[in-house]
Amino acid sequence: MKLEGKEAIWKEYQKEIADDRYFYVRSCVRQNFFPGSETAFLKIMREELGKDVYEHPCHTTCTGIGYHGDIVPIDTMMTVVARQFALMTEAGYQNLAPSCITSFGIYTEVLDTWHHFPEVEARVREYLRKATGREFKIPNNLAHASDLIYKFRKEIAQKAKFKLVDKETGKPLKVVDHIGCHYAKMFPDKGVGGAEYPYVLAGMIEDWGGEVIDYPERRHCCGFGFRQYLVQANRGYSIACSHKKFESMEPYKPDMILTNCPGCPMFLDKWQYAIAEMEGKTYGKDGYGIPVLTYEELAGLVLGYDPWDLGLQVHQVSCEPLLEKMGVKYDPLKKYDDKNGVTLGIPEKPSVMKVH
Amino acid sequence: MDTLYNKLLEDVRFQEGSKACINCGTCTAICAAAEFYNYDPRIIVDTVQSRDEEEIETLLKSETIWYCGECMSCKTRCPRGNAPGLVIMALRSLSQELGYFVESEKGRQQLAVKRTVGQWILDYGYCLYLEGVGTSMHPEQGPIWDWKQKNWAKVFERLGANYKGEGVGILRKIPEEALDEIRRIFDVTGGTDRFAKIEKFSKDKASELNLEFGDGLDNEYFSHIYTHNNQNHSRE
Repeated sequence: MKLEGKEAIWKEYQKEIADDRYFYVRSCVRQNFFPGSETAFLKIMREELGKDVYEHPCHTTCTGIGYHGDIVPIDTMMTVVARQFALMTEAGYQNLAPSCITSFGIYTEVLDTWHHFPEVEARVREYLRKATGREFKIPNNLAHASDLIYKFRKEIAQKAKFKLVDKETGKPLKVVDHIGCHYAKMFPDKGVGGAEYPYVLAGMIEDWGGEVIDYPERRHCCGFGFRQYLVQANRGYSIACSHKKFESMEPYKPDMILTNCPGCPMFLDKWQYAIAEMEGKTYGKDGYGIPVLTYEELAGLVLGYDPWDLGLQVHQVSCEPLLEKMGVKYDPLKKYDDKNGVTLGIPEKPSVMKVH
Repeated sequence: MDTLYNKLLEDVRFQEGSKACINCGTCTAICAAAEFYNYDPRIIVDTVQSRDEEEIETLLKSETIWYCGECMSCKTRCPRGNAPGLVIMALRSLSQELGYFVESEKGRQQLAVKRTVGQWILDYGYCLYLEGVGTSMHPEQGPIWDWKQKNWAKVFERLGANYKGEGVGILRKIPEEALDEIRRIFDVTGGTDRFAKIEKFSKDKASELNLEFGDGLDNEYFSHIYTHNNQNHSRE
């Protein structure tokens, strides 16, 4: 079929996302900070959508934070990635689905490097053979876990128990999207909408009833910067980046921030607390912060999952204002319970930013 | 010839990231680090492509190459398809190989990254393994992090993790045979050598600075590099 006009122009911003049978690789950041998100993702994919998502017990970090923290050499990183490919190949899968955006960037970088430098791929294959005896095939399809939720966003919308709509006014909630830098800034054709029109989160927001807020610093980095956050002496860089974004989005009064990178929601959540402590400034209504959610958490809320099963209690910024607007039912008395319903005690409150 | 420039050329990231820069400054305009630090990626690429060995050595020993956050926004915007961020990664690798990184305050911090992230990778198979890493090192994590740290295993159990468990799942115990494979990969590919160089050059520098140097995070040199900021890095 010949594509014409607008359809042809937008083709380069679209992305092929496999329909089923994914080899899932977890995120070091998401596991430590947002475990409920990975739990929710697998439940949605397997139980709601009936997809085959396989996890191998022997997969590891891709070394991404070490690589971008510049302690892990490129050949080491590529060989660890090759090992993940080998586990996928041995398990009979061809579609790789990483949970992490740094990992997604690592995988795209490795595949692009091998495409341009076949001798590097040959060298890595030899390294892997020598270190592990393993062989591998290159994935047929590489899609970030947020690509998968984007692909099935309309199916999720059809099952929605709650929408991104203010239950009092009936108006769409205002949502800021924040795309992780390594999703499409390095290799724009690997992301939905590319680097110019990233649509992976905006598509979810629109199909789940919300309104996407455009604002000047929408594409600015959250400020992780790897070594700029990992080392305490450098964290001024990190908080300055997030601060720039909050100041820029504040006039649009967003109801929430939605993210696809595991690190960004942690920074955008915790730096709101730190800015409040340092400057006395808060960005949400009435002294609260702006709730920051992962796409898995939002998908879970839309599908009617309990907010405390999703892990919203481990955010520093309270998510209750968003839950109230969406009409999500929750039991405030169970927020800090363990698996058996026994309370784990109440966290101390910040001195400035209000929390529930 | 075994020049610094030729060593950089051996790095595929340098080849990919630097193809005849036209010095337009677009990278600097979009750069998150240039907004915060006294930093200009355009000048870095210009210095490197001058092939002036003395200037490149100065750069490898400087604070400057450690300011980039590797967000790679420069890659998106460069009209020539260059990526100063990739050039930076090649410079940082070479600086560590040659031991030049300890000549700058920011470069010396590599030991802190190695002893946290690097150690977690080798010990656990994760880049981050944060039980016990509290708000003394990360005050920005706030009181909710104190609560989570206090109840770590129970919070993870509540949220569906398989913390330290066998089989699949969140923060599971990665089998020893898998960790052995990762360690062998580090041995074969230069990762172990890189870590050893970071340790060796850092130990020598600690001695020169007359700071106590020990294993782990609880020693004078680690504490110094992790927290010290001479306040001469940012634009103000």
